[in-house]
Amino acid sequence: MTQSPAFIWTIIVLLGIGTFLIRFSFLGLIGDRELPGWVLKMLRYTPVAVLPGMAAPMVLWPAATDGQPDPARLAAASATIIVGIWTKNVLASIGAGLVTLYAMMYLLG
Amino acid sequence: MPTTTMKSEFIRGMKGGAPFILVIVPFSMLFGVVATEAGLNLTQTMGFSFLVIAGASQFAAVQLMTDNAPAFFILATSLAVNLRMAMYSASITPHLGDAPLWKRAIVAYFLVDQSYAVCAVEYERRPDMTTAERYAFYFGCILPICALWYAMTFLGAVIGSSIPPEFALDFALPITFIALFAPMLKTFAHVAAALTSIVVALALSWMPVGTGLLVAAGCAMAVGALVETRMEARK
Repeated sequence: MTQSPAFIWTIIVLLGIGTFLIRFSFLGLIGDRELPGWVLKMLRYTPVAVLPGMAAPMVLWPAATDGQPDPARLAAASATIIVGIWTKNVLASIGAGLVTLYAMMYLLG
Repeated sequence: MPTTTMKSEFIRGMKGGAPFILVIVPFSMLFGVVATEAGLNLTQTMGFSFLVIAGASQFAAVQLMTDNAPAFFILATSLAVNLRMAMYSASITPHLGDAPLWKRAIVAYFLVDQSYAVCAVEYERRPDMTTAERYAFYFGCILPICALWYAMTFLGAVIGSSIPPEFALDFALPITFIALFAPMLKTFAHVAAALTSIVVALALSWMPVGTGLLVAAGCAMAVGALVETRMEARK
């Protein structure tokens, strides 16, 4: 990380304020006014719209291998997603990914 | 009499929140580890957990800072991860809306996935609760969750810098992202949104850091909503 402490703190404080305002929106500002249906519909998909797009390049082109696809990391990502869909459990999913990662790195040297 | 009712609601709330300790402890520790590995100092790492108090977006911000993305894109992407909380806020307003503004502000600060899940279910189940009882339950619920969130971030940050690179902790971050969205892939619309996000993000990876992801997220949200509408129409 090459940013200055001032930059890092700006991000932390603004992200804190923004996140608070999202949480405060209806409780404090909008009250019980209803949002249009299509807005609520899109909000439902924000996590599955943002997180896969963040993970995909990190899985295919990991910085630790200078952007070369790496069998251990691909296997770990696959295990994470399969166990996640199967168990619906975040921690089991992380565990499966890490175990696969270390097992593959051990086997492949 | 009212104080004992409040106390029992508070304890009931604590019991509701307690199972999430199993999730919060490793997850917040992981954030402490990842953030210090990425180069944040202890105060900055704690600043994240105190001021933002929203796991996935904290991880997202740290990742984009490591990529040296511009501030606007770091904020837009990380806040997009938290947009779902507007829904929580909307859904909990009918139950807690008639309390003083300062109390609602405190509720908003602590409105995380776990407190929302526990409290929304409880308020639906017991519609005869008074607003004061609902608040007592809410604060009981967040106590075990949020106190441990801060404490375990701290522990993770302290031990993080002593973990050697052989442990490939760079990959803890993508694994965490995948583990967060995989359990959400319950409907075809969610799967379609996730696939759109992946394809567009990869296709636009030549764009400046963060920008391609924003376009991908926008497309994916639209696809999710569109597929949902189509599926409803077919019923």
